[in-house]
Amino acid sequence: MTKKAAAVPKPKKTKDTSDDSWNLRLYVVGQTAKSVAAIANLKKFCAEHLDDRYTIEIIDVAADPKIARRDEIVAIPTLVRKLPVPVRKIIGDLSNTDRVLVSFDLRARS
Amino acid sequence: MPPRITSGAELAKCPTGIAGLDEITNGGIPRGRPTLICGSAGCGKTLFGIEFLVNGAMQGEPGVFVAFEERPEELAQNVTSLGFDLERLQKQKKLFVEYIHVERSEIDETGEYDLDALFFRLGDAIDTVGAKRIVLDTLETLFSGFSNEAILRAELRRLFRWLKDRGMTAVITAERGDGALTRQGLEEYVSDCVIVLDHRLADQVATRRLRVVKYRGTRHGTNEYPFLIDKDGIDVLPITSIGLTHEASTERVSTGIPDLDAMLAGGVYRGSTVLVSGTAGAGKSSISSHVAKAACERGERCLIFAYEESPQQILRNMRTIGIDLSTYVRNGLLRCIAERPTTFGLEMHLATIHKAIRDYSPRILIVDPITNFFSIADPKEVKAMLMRLVDFLKLKQITAVMTSLTSGGQALEATEAGISSLIDTWLLLRDVEANGERNRAMYVLKSRGTAHSNQLREFVLTSKGVKLIQPYLGPEGVLTGSSRVAQEAKESAAIAKRREEAGRKRRAIERRMKTLDTEIAALRLEMSAEHDELERLASEETVWQRQVATDRMAMATSRKSAAAVTGRRPARVRRRKQEGIVP
Repeated sequence: MTKKAAAVPKPKKTKDTSDDSWNLRLYVVGQTAKSVAAIANLKKFCAEHLDDRYTIEIIDVAADPKIARRDEIVAIPTLVRKLPVPVRKIIGDLSNTDRVLVSFDLRARS
Repeated sequence: MPPRITSGAELAKCPTGIAGLDEITNGGIPRGRPTLICGSAGCGKTLFGIEFLVNGAMQGEPGVFVAFEERPEELAQNVTSLGFDLERLQKQKKLFVEYIHVERSEIDETGEYDLDALFFRLGDAIDTVGAKRIVLDTLETLFSGFSNEAILRAELRRLFRWLKDRGMTAVITAERGDGALTRQGLEEYVSDCVIVLDHRLADQVATRRLRVVKYRGTRHGTNEYPFLIDKDGIDVLPITSIGLTHEASTERVSTGIPDLDAMLAGGVYRGSTVLVSGTAGAGKSSISSHVAKAACERGERCLIFAYEESPQQILRNMRTIGIDLSTYVRNGLLRCIAERPTTFGLEMHLATIHKAIRDYSPRILIVDPITNFFSIADPKEVKAMLMRLVDFLKLKQITAVMTSLTSGGQALEATEAGISSLIDTWLLLRDVEANGERNRAMYVLKSRGTAHSNQLREFVLTSKGVKLIQPYLGPEGVLTGSSRVAQEAKESAAIAKRREEAGRKRRAIERRMKTLDTEIAALRLEMSAEHDELERLASEETVWQRQVATDRMAMATSRKSAAAVTGRRPARVRRRKQEGIVP
């Protein structure tokens, strides 16, 4: 079911950008419960909805707080979709897959 | 300051460096704890924070400014006009500006989150400059950035605890809410010290006020204190915090009018307050100008607050009575600040004077006139304000001259009764109206600690300034003006007349004496004539006796009679003797 769902956004994405590749950044702090959950949820989400057209960059803010400043990150975890534009931010542990789909315009907002 | 027992347990305080606030709070805001600054928009919260950090940076306590609302560039621009160079401080690693921007429209929320990134960023900022102080301006913005209020509140609680743990002296600004100190109830988290800033209008006059609502574990002034925001930043005026503990100098200060000094037994005391009251045109400003000039001549700074005339007008007018103050204005010994009383509220006037005194540190202050304050506030408030001013002046040992205009029809002494207890020396100027003239007279109504003159003295404004005239007491009291001149003329005529009379008498006596002298001379002449006659007679007698004797001898010789034997004188001699011709 999830694979089918992933097929839905394909025509939408081609509208946004010719390049299909997604560039995602996840800001976490060390091995906190929320961070671990977010990483797991993100990986699961990508595998289910984005096939292989994505790159994930996991950034540990604890190791380099200056990056958080540069990218204006306040909450942890924060997922930033750099590509495709527009840039979108989702905060939270990404446990609600539906919300993520809506946020990334992979599903119409109700 | 009265002696105070300082215990080690007392709260450690962090001086804000904001003029006046540290006095109200007895040393500053609580060190290592958060302080909440709340107030409506435009009341000076951000400026408060910036000044707190800049002052800290100057004293070797670097700080972090966390801007939730303004971008760093905007912030720097906004405070440049107040003389704060944030960019330089940032380059010197004394200040770090952390811009936290949360754009709700760009963010979606799903699941659990926290504000760890904020903590790490703040931690990094604090470590970068080794900050001891931090300002969060305005933290409440976060409430519009995140929808999960429960998480946010928990995180804020954690943030305050974290700041405390790191020993940060924090200032958190917040908008004033309806019926509450802050919109989001931040006072719930920041319970150590809460300061409210206010900017409100009364009688169309806006005044900024500050109040320490709460300060756990310390005593503090609880009043509302007016404050200024000017080119030097915030200036709180803790004027009510002064008590009657000032020094009392025994030094005398000359008024610049020697005769007046004499009336005051050598001048007024240093640090005392002199009230010069009188009707319009009585010479109040002229006398105060003398005081100003005398101060400048001694090399002391003098500050004039004029509420009726412009500085130029004062200088011009005083030049006409020979008091040239312009040279002192040029060499900086005299400063003249002119303002309309209605420009701002009473508190603000006091604040302005207060600040001007602190900036300029004069030894002499002249307020001309204080009565103009009554047009902007009721007498009770004016009195309270003047009391605070006088207390402050005494503390600073500034000698003050305040003029007071008595309007026509009012009792001269009743008008200022309200403030008479505040002042030390009261010089009453009055018009003496008589014979179609209005002349000026002065009188020392009171002068504390001085054996002052009890005379009512007339004075005139000459081209060389105020001149006191020797008192002339006529049969109906003091005579002034032309009646004095007339009386003096009459007196000198009387003296001349007496002198003439005496001369005439003397001359008559001299004449009589001369006559007597002549008479004496004539008598003496007569006397000597008699004397001559007497001598002539005597010599005649001798010749005659000798002749008689010779005759007798001759007869005796011829007769050998017994006459020679008996020795009896002949009868002719006896007879002569009886007539007293012969002794």
